Amino acid sequence: MTEMVETLIYQRPDSLQMVHTHYCPGCTHGVAHRLIAEVLDEMDIRPITIGVAPVGCSVFAYNYFNVDFAEAAHGRAPAMATGLKRVSPDKIVFTYQGDGDLASIGAAEILHVAGRGENITTIFINNAIYGMTGGQMAPTTLPGQRTTSTPLGRDVEVHGMPLKMCEVLSQLDGSAYVVRRSLHDVPNIRRAKKAIRAAFEVQQKALGFSMVELLSSCPTNWGLPPQESLDWIKDHMLPAFPLGDYKVHPALAVDGG
Amino acid sequence: MTLELLEGNTAFAEAAVRAGCQAYFGYPITPQTEALEHMARRMPELGRVFLQAESEVAAINMVYGAACAGVRVMTSSSSPGVSLMMEGLSYIAGSEVPVVVVDVMRGGPGLGNIAPSQGDYNQMVKGGGHGDYKQIVLAPATVQELIDMTYEAFDLAEKYRCITVVLTDGNLGQMMEPAELPPMQAVRSKADRPAWALTGADGRPPNVISSIYIDPVIEEAFNRKLMAKQAEIEANEVRFREFMLEDAELAIVAFGTAGRISQSAIRAARGEGIRVGLLRPVSLYPYPYARVAALAEQVRAILVVEMNGGQMVDDVRLAVQGRVPVEFYGRMGGVTPLPEEILDQIHRLRAFQPAAR
Amino acid sequence: MAKGRILIEEALCKGCELCTTVCPKDLIEIAPDRFTPKGYHPAILVDPGRDCTGCAICSVICPEAAITVYRMTAAPVRAAA
Repeated sequence: MTEMVETLIYQRPDSLQMVHTHYCPGCTHGVAHRLIAEVLDEMDIRPITIGVAPVGCSVFAYNYFNVDFAEAAHGRAPAMATGLKRVSPDKIVFTYQGDGDLASIGAAEILHVAGRGENITTIFINNAIYGMTGGQMAPTTLPGQRTTSTPLGRDVEVHGMPLKMCEVLSQLDGSAYVVRRSLHDVPNIRRAKKAIRAAFEVQQKALGFSMVELLSSCPTNWGLPPQESLDWIKDHMLPAFPLGDYKVHPALAVDGG
Repeated sequence: MTLELLEGNTAFAEAAVRAGCQAYFGYPITPQTEALEHMARRMPELGRVFLQAESEVAAINMVYGAACAGVRVMTSSSSPGVSLMMEGLSYIAGSEVPVVVVDVMRGGPGLGNIAPSQGDYNQMVKGGGHGDYKQIVLAPATVQELIDMTYEAFDLAEKYRCITVVLTDGNLGQMMEPAELPPMQAVRSKADRPAWALTGADGRPPNVISSIYIDPVIEEAFNRKLMAKQAEIEANEVRFREFMLEDAELAIVAFGTAGRISQSAIRAARGEGIRVGLLRPVSLYPYPYARVAALAEQVRAILVVEMNGGQMVDDVRLAVQGRVPVEFYGRMGGVTPLPEEILDQIHRLRAFQPAAR
Repeated sequence: MAKGRILIEEALCKGCELCTTVCPKDLIEIAPDRFTPKGYHPAILVDPGRDCTGCAICSVICPEAAITVYRMTAAPVRAAA
C-alpha cells in the first residue's frame, strides 16, 4: 500500500503580516489582499515590491502587507507610484485603490498613468459605494442604488450613469493589461488570482500599465450579510460591469495570456 | 570664477542638476516654464528622471513618491500651481521626506497674471497646506543667490527631513545676470539611500512612509516632534543680509526683488544725506525676528516694502512690538515698484519722530 | 481516516460564515458557544465522519487567510541512492 503523508496544501501567505485586519466580517478586501500576497509569494517578488495605499477602507493596507509601503493622498496613488517607479525601475510598484480613490478624485491620475503606459500595477476594488466614510454614492454606484447621499436611489438624471473604468482605461495605448474579475464565488476568486498574477508579470516584462478591477462587496454599507453581499455582486454588479479582458497586450497573447 | 550670463529659471534648474537632483516632476506655468524645459533636456542627457505631469497635483505627488524612495527630487511652479500643491506639501511635511520646491510668484489671486509678485509669502511661510507644519523658505534677490539657495536647498531638506522652498518671483525667473554655477554632484547611489527609504523589504522589516496617525495621542507626539525640529531650524538657519545699516536711523525691511529695488532707493536717499539702510531677510522661515527686534532699538522708523498687500509686514510688527512705527508700502497685481516710489516713502518715513517714552 | 483537515486561526476569524457556505461537504459550522478575542463566533471544522478531503475551497473564500489546509498525499518516492 502506498504510504500516505499529511501534506500542507495551503497556508496564509508570507506577504501578509500576521495581524487582525479592521475590515468588516465578510468584506472581500481580505480576499483581494490575500490573493495579492499569494502572488507576491509565488513570484518571489516580496523583497522588491513597494505598495501605495489609498484613502478609503484600505488606508491601513500598509499594516497588512509585508512589503514597503507609502500612504498616498486621496486619489494620488498613481502619481506617487509614478514617482517611485521612475526612480526605482527595478522595483515592483503597485497601487491598491477603491472606487472613490480611483474613479472619482483620482480620475486624472489613473487616466494618465494608463496614458503614459507607466509600468505599475493597479488593483481596483469596485464595490459601488464609499465604504470608509459610511456608505455614500461612488462613481460606480448603480442606478437606483440607495446610499447615504442617494437616499432615494441613484437618479441618473442628477448623477449620471456609473463609470466603467476598465472600458475607459483600456482605450489608452499605454494600457497593457486591463481586466475585470469578481470575488463573488470560489471559481471567480481563482480567476481573479490568475489575473493578478498576469498583471504583475506584465510589470515584470515592462509592457505598460496593468490593472485588475475586482468586483467586491461592502456588507456593512449595503446592509447585507456577507453571503448575500456576494450574491448581490452576482445579481446586480455583473450585468452593469461585465467581466472580461478589456485590453491584453499582444505580447501576452503570444505567451498564452 | 567663471561668470556666465544666465536666465534665472534656467539657472535654478541647472543648480538643482548640479546638486545631484535625480528627478524633476513639473507642469508648465508662466513665468517659470523655462525651468521645466531646461530639465526636459538636461535630465535625460544625464540619465536622470524628468516627467511633465498631468497637473501640479500630480507633479507634487510624483515628487512625494520619489522622495519616499530616498532620492533628491524637486519641482517648481508659480502661484496658481503652487496652490494645487498645498495638499501634497502637507502630506510631505507629515511624512518627513526631503523635498525642494521653487515658487516663482506671479500676480494673483486666482489666475491673476504672469507678472511678478510676492503674493505667496503667507502661503509659503505660514504654511498653505493644512495642519501644523513649517517649511524652510529662502528668498533670493539675485540670480547668483537663486543658484546658491537652490543648490543648498537639497542639503537643508535632507538635514532636517523637511520641505525647503526657494521663494522668488517672475522678475528673477526671467532676468539674465552674470552668475556662476556650482560644481556637479553625482546622484546618490542605490546603496546610499537612507535607511528609512522605500527600497524593497529585502532582508529587513518593511518601511512604511505615511502621515496618518489615527490615535490623537500619537499624532500629538508626532506634532511635538515636528515642533522640536522647527526649534532646531530656528536656532540654526536664520539668514539675512544688511545694506548700509551700520549708522542707519531709518530702515527698510524687504525681501527678494523688493529688497533689491530698495537698495537703489537707499543709495539715492544716502545721496541726499538720509541715513537709511536695508535689512533683507533671506530666510523667511525661520524669520530673523531677533535681528528685526534689535533694529527697532537702533532706528526711529521702519518701512516695509513688498510686492503684495502686506504680508511680511506682520512679521516685522511682531518683532518690533510697537517700539517704533512700522510703515508699509506695497505694489500688487504684478506691478514692480520703481526706486523713485520707494524714495518717496523714505522721505515720508523721515518725518516720523520717535514717540515720547 | 480523513483525507484532509483544516485549522482555523481563531484570532483572525471574524465569523463571516462564508466558509460555511462553500464547503462541499458542509463540515464547517459557527461555534455558538465560543468567542474569539475580538468577540466573534469563530468558524470550526465539525467532521465526526472524517469526511474532509482537504479540497481547500474554504481557504479560497476566507477573507482573513485564517485557514490552513492539510491533505493526505502519497509519500514522494525516494530515488535510489
